[in-house]
Amino acid sequence: MRQVFLCVLLRDLQLAARRRVDALLPLAFFIVALSLFPLGVGPEPETLRAIAPGIVWVCALLASMLSVGLLFNADAADGSLEQLLLAPAHAVAVAAAKSAAHWLLTGLPLLLATPLVGLAFGMSGPAVLALMASLLLGTPILSLLGALGAALTLGLRSGGMLLILVVLPLATPALIFGAGAVGMVEAGLSAEGHFSLLGALLVATAAGAPWATAAALRISTE
Amino acid sequence: MNLMPDRNDPTAPRPASGWRLFWFAAPSRFYALTNRLVPLCWLVAIGFAAAGLYIGFFIAPTDAVQGDAYRIIFIHVPTAWMSMLLYLVMAFWAAIGWAFKARLASMVAESIAPTGAVFTFLALWTGALWGRPTWGTYWVWDARLTTELILLFLYLGYIALVNAIDDRRRADQAGALLAVVGSINVPIIYFSVQWWNTLHQGATISVTAAPKMASTMLTAMLLMTVACWAYAFAVVFMRTRAYILERDSHTGWVCELRQRRIER
Repeated sequence: MRQVFLCVLLRDLQLAARRRVDALLPLAFFIVALSLFPLGVGPEPETLRAIAPGIVWVCALLASMLSVGLLFNADAADGSLEQLLLAPAHAVAVAAAKSAAHWLLTGLPLLLATPLVGLAFGMSGPAVLALMASLLLGTPILSLLGALGAALTLGLRSGGMLLILVVLPLATPALIFGAGAVGMVEAGLSAEGHFSLLGALLVATAAGAPWATAAALRISTE
Repeated sequence: MNLMPDRNDPTAPRPASGWRLFWFAAPSRFYALTNRLVPLCWLVAIGFAAAGLYIGFFIAPTDAVQGDAYRIIFIHVPTAWMSMLLYLVMAFWAAIGWAFKARLASMVAESIAPTGAVFTFLALWTGALWGRPTWGTYWVWDARLTTELILLFLYLGYIALVNAIDDRRRADQAGALLAVVGSINVPIIYFSVQWWNTLHQGATISVTAAPKMASTMLTAMLLMTVACWAYAFAVVFMRTRAYILERDSHTGWVCELRQRRIER
């Protein structure tokens, strides 16, 4: 099981390394989308500072959902997905590895770009740290749920839009607690409760989502 | 499934004893049963709604604080209850349909979804109309309103997913998986009142405490709840019957039905 996990994970990373521009697209989307907000809302530093945690989270959410849509498509097209799913125990490992690879390729770069974004929006040091911590706990949830959505909508005509409609309602608790934690820190309060709930969400999602994704993959490739 | 009698033969003998759980899982028998149940459900729905609305609008006393504006509660609360409950019912039947490969259960689940979405929308709409005179605003981003809105999105996501998949079997199963995952959200809605302390008032009726409302109000609300239930049954049955005819159009009994309809 661990072998399958590592094998699929390394293979996905290697594939991404061969297509570097593709792998950087979510990050580019994240930065571009974020830079639209000052243009739309206005350049007042006070307003931008207040809305920064929320819009960073929303943009991370959208970047994850837009990039996760094609997670299984290439494997389904060349038939390797069906081969991977032949062994029953492997499906969960495949689902977990795919989610992990997506997080390493999307969630982690967004996380690393966050200090820069925080600086541009005039956030304070502790707030940026809290934002990074909340994204560290929250973006894996997005990758796990996104993989489930990608498996459910595999090969459908309106896959991308459908995935967003299907997954976003499920991802709202992560958004609420993630952005809420930063708000608590900015208000000078303890964000421990928010981080605990976010951590609990991550544990619950990590425990459940790969199984659901594996089941969804079976349904979709049947 | 081999234990069951031939599911497409309405004249098949009843099983001699015991195990009749799947008796109406045969679309043909379900179709015959609901033929009688649908008018009954409509009758109950209209009768109880008329009684409930009459008591609610004309007999129940005016609220000391909110005046007559509170009377929308008789539509708001039953629809909100139904919206949450129907999601669980939908997830239940979708899961049954997935687990037992029972097509009818999946059809029922898919029939429930639009009704649940309508109830959710009504709960939000009546809530907005009620919020205007009492809170001074149609909409606040309070936890309970927001989660009800998310429930509407969950219904829409389910409907969209099931409709986007052309292969019936895959659509049933994928919808079931999504409904089961989404049903985790429904308890969050219910407990959000306790979790987040917000503008929305707490639950008015609770099992543990005495109701905080006049008994006529309670009567009207319960009558309206029964009416909503009966309405839900009626439209879900009607929609399921349409699905059965659509998906079983190739089977013998549907052909016979069509033949008889034509002859008449």
